[in-house]
Amino acid sequence: MSELIREDGRKFDELRPIKIEAGVLERADGSAYLEVGGNKILVAVYGPRESYIRRLLEPNTGVIRCRYNMAPFSVDDRKRPGPDRRSSEISKITADALRPALMLESYPRSMVDVYIEVIEAEGGTRCAGITAASVALVDAGVPMRDIVVGCAAGKVSDEIVLDLSEVEDKEGQADVPIAIMPRTGEITLLQSDGNLTEEEFQKAIDLAMEGCMKVSELQKEALMKKYSVE
Amino acid sequence: MIYVENKELVIPGQILAEDECYPGRGTFKDNNRICSSLIGLVSLRNKKIRVIPLKSKYIPKKGDVVIGKISDVRFSMWDVDINSPYSGILSAFEALGRDKKDLNRVFDVGDVLFLRIIDVDEVKKAKLGLKGRGMGKFKGGIIVEISPTKVPRLIGKKGSMINMIKNKTNCKIVVGQNGLVWVKGNEDMEQLTREVIHVIEKEAHTSGLTNKIKNKLCLAIDGELPVDESEEEFIFEKPKLQNFKEEIEQEEREEAARLKKEQEEENDDKNNLYEVIEELKKNKEEENSSQSDDSEDDSNV
Repeated sequence: MSELIREDGRKFDELRPIKIEAGVLERADGSAYLEVGGNKILVAVYGPRESYIRRLLEPNTGVIRCRYNMAPFSVDDRKRPGPDRRSSEISKITADALRPALMLESYPRSMVDVYIEVIEAEGGTRCAGITAASVALVDAGVPMRDIVVGCAAGKVSDEIVLDLSEVEDKEGQADVPIAIMPRTGEITLLQSDGNLTEEEFQKAIDLAMEGCMKVSELQKEALMKKYSVE
Repeated sequence: MIYVENKELVIPGQILAEDECYPGRGTFKDNNRICSSLIGLVSLRNKKIRVIPLKSKYIPKKGDVVIGKISDVRFSMWDVDINSPYSGILSAFEALGRDKKDLNRVFDVGDVLFLRIIDVDEVKKAKLGLKGRGMGKFKGGIIVEISPTKVPRLIGKKGSMINMIKNKTNCKIVVGQNGLVWVKGNEDMEQLTREVIHVIEKEAHTSGLTNKIKNKLCLAIDGELPVDESEEEFIFEKPKLQNFKEEIEQEEREEAARLKKEQEEENDDKNNLYEVIEELKKNKEEENSSQSDDSEDDSNV
């Protein structure tokens, strides 16, 4: 059962090939570029900076604002540009997933802006977005407790598998994206789409956690590579 | 237990040490473990563990000198962008005293100024002032932006780096603690200085940088390498405020010389006083001893 080979030739607990690069944009304070399978995601971080939207600011800490955006050409059928229900949701959950890791107490009344641009999408963009966003935040020099990492598990043809691709996501029975802080294992994002039994759900979370740990290593590598002395 | 070495590159969430150490800046405590909160280099000193960030935003601090750009002119003050999450204000009183003038004519939007932070209020707004040597508006020149954490490196130990660049390129250079650098000189030299500053920013965490930059500048300007000198180790330390403009430097030197003289004179006075007291004491002692001698003599007899 565990030797099942998936549609794209992966094993049940195998991630798609990942490439992460930190500090790719010249003018942003921090940035990251990430590829997971067919996903191509670019993240820019600006701040902490002054914001003129006074009502959003907090007197005792800094705040984070995220924007998740899919390029019109990122999917097979052209996506109507501009924010929609789905991207507003992902923007919110990304900000919520990153917020527990941030230590913005030393920057009261300031704002950190995170712009996530999906250039090409192939399933699992929200997790990839979170993964890339936290690398970009580190690159920007924002104080953080941990580097948040996201990964999904799901159920495809009655099997719990890791890191769903677009096809698996559409044809599968369930999708459980999570984001964690790897040092402590705290979960900062947990969504579940589809039907799972309690056992399956537990199994999916365990699998996704394992996946997160693997991705986390790649994040660290990318950051070390960018800044270590040649 | 300390898990890292001095000057090691660390990333947020990385465990640096357990117990026995004190958490310094750039770190936080999680139960009894000390973790890094930044991407930066470890600094271990006297059991105090700190992380010096590679990148950071400038947070206004009282007494710092900064370079700012006028972003708005208001009724009785200017709004100043000081390359920080918090903006600065320069009140008309600070710049003009009691004179009433058209503020637009004094400093206009887009002007670049050299300022001192005289106060930072509860909401971290920086109150700026122009009192001090070399403060005021810059005419011409270019602005180079670097990370504020790299400012000490650009200045170097006791200004070794910045003075070397000044001498080599013949540019006037002013460094603000907020990471803005003003450079004025020959146009080619300005560009060369900009390039060099960016190299320093990029390689700030490598050692022997001053010599490397020196060689680079010598090659670019004289077309030959200078005679080798001993390498300098790189230490993060708060730079002393520099004497920026050359004329002002001269002034400062004279002032210092004068002060020193005064101090010496003062010391001399004190010394004189001491001498007098000493003499008195000595005299007394001698008297005493002579008396005791007398008494001894007496006993002998």
